[in-house]
Amino acid sequence: MRARQSYDGVVVTAPFSTPYQRYSIETAHWWIARALRGSLQSAGLKPLDIDGFTVSSFTLFPDTAVGLTQHLGLSPRWLDHIPMGGASGVVALRRAARAVQSGDASIVACVAGDTNHIDSFRGLLSSFSRFAMDASYPYGYGGPNANFALLTDRYMQTYGATREDFGRLCVAQRSNALNNPGAVMKKPLTLEQYLGARPIADPIALFDCVMPCAGSEAFLVMHEDQARARQLPFARLSGAIERHNAHAADPIQLRGGWTVDIEELYNMADCTPESIDLLQTYDDYPVISMMQIEDLGFCAKGEAASFVRGHDLTTRGDFPHNTSGGQLSAGQAGAAGGFIGMVEAIRQLTDAAENRQVKNAARAMVSGFGMINYDRGVCSAAAILSSEDAS
Amino acid sequence: MTTPLIPPPRKDPQKRTVSPTRPPQMRSRAALGLSAAAAHGRFALQRCAECGAVQYPPRDACSSCLSLELPWQDVSPLGEILAETTVRTSTKLYFRERAPWRTGSVQLDAGPVLLCHLHGDCEPRSRVKLLNRLDRAGQGVLLAVPLERTPTMEDDPQLRALTSDPKHRRVLITDARNPNAPALATSLLAAGAAMVFVGEAESWRPYPEKPLLQAIDGVELLPMDVTDTASVQKLAGELGGKTDILINNARFIRPGGVLSRGDTGFARDEMEVNYLGLMRLAQAFGPAMCSRVSDGINSAVAWVNILSVHALSNAPDYGCFSASNAAAHSLSQCLRAEFRSSGLRVMNVYCGPTEDDWYQPLPPPKVLPESLSRSVVQGLQQGLEEVYCGDVAKDVYTRFEQSPNILERETTQGVEGA
Repeated sequence: MRARQSYDGVVVTAPFSTPYQRYSIETAHWWIARALRGSLQSAGLKPLDIDGFTVSSFTLFPDTAVGLTQHLGLSPRWLDHIPMGGASGVVALRRAARAVQSGDASIVACVAGDTNHIDSFRGLLSSFSRFAMDASYPYGYGGPNANFALLTDRYMQTYGATREDFGRLCVAQRSNALNNPGAVMKKPLTLEQYLGARPIADPIALFDCVMPCAGSEAFLVMHEDQARARQLPFARLSGAIERHNAHAADPIQLRGGWTVDIEELYNMADCTPESIDLLQTYDDYPVISMMQIEDLGFCAKGEAASFVRGHDLTTRGDFPHNTSGGQLSAGQAGAAGGFIGMVEAIRQLTDAAENRQVKNAARAMVSGFGMINYDRGVCSAAAILSSEDAS
Repeated sequence: MTTPLIPPPRKDPQKRTVSPTRPPQMRSRAALGLSAAAAHGRFALQRCAECGAVQYPPRDACSSCLSLELPWQDVSPLGEILAETTVRTSTKLYFRERAPWRTGSVQLDAGPVLLCHLHGDCEPRSRVKLLNRLDRAGQGVLLAVPLERTPTMEDDPQLRALTSDPKHRRVLITDARNPNAPALATSLLAAGAAMVFVGEAESWRPYPEKPLLQAIDGVELLPMDVTDTASVQKLAGELGGKTDILINNARFIRPGGVLSRGDTGFARDEMEVNYLGLMRLAQAFGPAMCSRVSDGINSAVAWVNILSVHALSNAPDYGCFSASNAAAHSLSQCLRAEFRSSGLRVMNVYCGPTEDDWYQPLPPPKVLPESLSRSVVQGLQQGLEEVYCGDVAKDVYTRFEQSPNILERETTQGVEGA
């Protein structure tokens, strides 16, 4: 097999997050437009300046990226629709990077956004996937809560993780979210509150669950020369992987597709887990963040609980994790949940994270995980980003 | 251990009856195979005809070899619980009203991992047996139960939600004059039915089953003639709100096909009882029963039709009777569709010749009232939609499943001529 080409020369810039709302009367189109506009404005660009466009959204029906070009007045020569939920941020960047490298596009806008009407989450669940419709939702209709409760139950039994361990991760993220004005959650969270919360789908309780909300995220992908010419602060893409339906023979998901390609990711970026300054995991449930901490090489399999016990996961700590509060505290704005870590990592690496800035952040890992098609997340992806002057 | 159900108190007429809600109904075409198997109480999954891999969830191509040949076959229902959860909140009303709800994932010995309901008596991470049962949306769902029977396990709320168990329920049998009526009443009461009402036509005319029925504690005879709309409506007015299971055993039968009868007189009677009688009953009792499907322990749960298996394919010796049963069978499918939105289940019990005067000239095997009543009760307890009672009915159905056209020729070819 030929070695994968590097991502040399590809940079990301113009991160933009629309502040999340619990419920919105607006449409996905509105939310996507708002993030695109925000990103373009911060880069001093007009809609027709971009020639590449990718969009991720669950609530855009009946439209796709195609309908949005006309709706938003875009005329890209490279267009993609990425329906990968929590993996869509990394996947969008990876594909846009190849488009930029090959010259298929020079500036690609990557956008994700969803609205959340009252009762729309129920509708979204009912049409999520065929396997879920046939074989998962008829069993209690717990949605992702029930699916992840099963994984969490098995994970706890297998590796001895406790509710306190998951709680530590959630509490640290809430602390980070309090410095993110766009987050849905505004109040501090204590470990006692976490442990005493209302059970939702045992062993999952209220603060293990994300809050479905409306929101959108965007960033731009271009060549380093382009960013320099426009004087845009940027981060480099040092490596990226994606993998789908890995370990299909595992009876229950205790590891994700990262394990297949993680070595290659570190080789591409020419670094090790020790040199990562901050980690953005896909945190629809704390067990999934634990799984990523293991599968991305920060500790051995089954040891994430003790890893979390031994580290400070806040922006001021020794292992900054989900620095904007992640979805657990900022909210899950549909497919934008797959972008929240990416956009935040770009901010951190361009020294734009304001009062949640991680000091001397030079290298970030962003991980994505998506699409509970039946009993497990099918899509996984990860990227390493480096600041402009990272060694 | 399952907490035994206690008989419900009398209903407070001032309280609002809970509107029926349903679990998710939508399924892909492939997944309907599971529901079709559940209607018969079979645990069947798709097995690849080329590589033998058992598939789940149902799909259109083999996930091992991409073969498109995935017939449904009975497979071992044994497996082991991998993980479990108790769902305490749901966006779907049906489960929200019934929370907490225990579900889990089970590794099947046959291969695939499946998500399923968990019976309350299943120990964590234990070996279990999977049942494939119809839920109140009329779709097949999987429930894990302990390998060994546990005391009053049928009272588990998640299992009871899938069955039509007569326990604590009130049953109406429509025709006291049918020779099967006493056995049906006895079996239902033995299975825990709270009360058995039996419709009686022309009560002034004596019949041998009457003293038998009167001797059974828990049976009440009430006037009804399924050919008389007013009498059906009158009884529905009295009983409609407390009929939890209706068993339509009314039957008019005479031997003969078209040419062996001189006129349409008997055929008219057959249609009047077997077809229009069912329709009258459904029009009178159906709406009230549909409105009470979520009405607690003694909710309305099932509509039972007792049909000749020759509803599926004509038996010329009883050709006109077969035709009236074919009409009733077709109507039962219509009813099933109309009841679906409420969750009320239609169970058809198909019989071969029964042990009574009208089948006297036929050789055995014949269906005894006791075996019919056993089939009815077991079908209700398992929540089935399709029950074949006796060897003849099973034989005819097996042939029907293989080839309706061959079955027709087998049943209708005459005696070898000169």
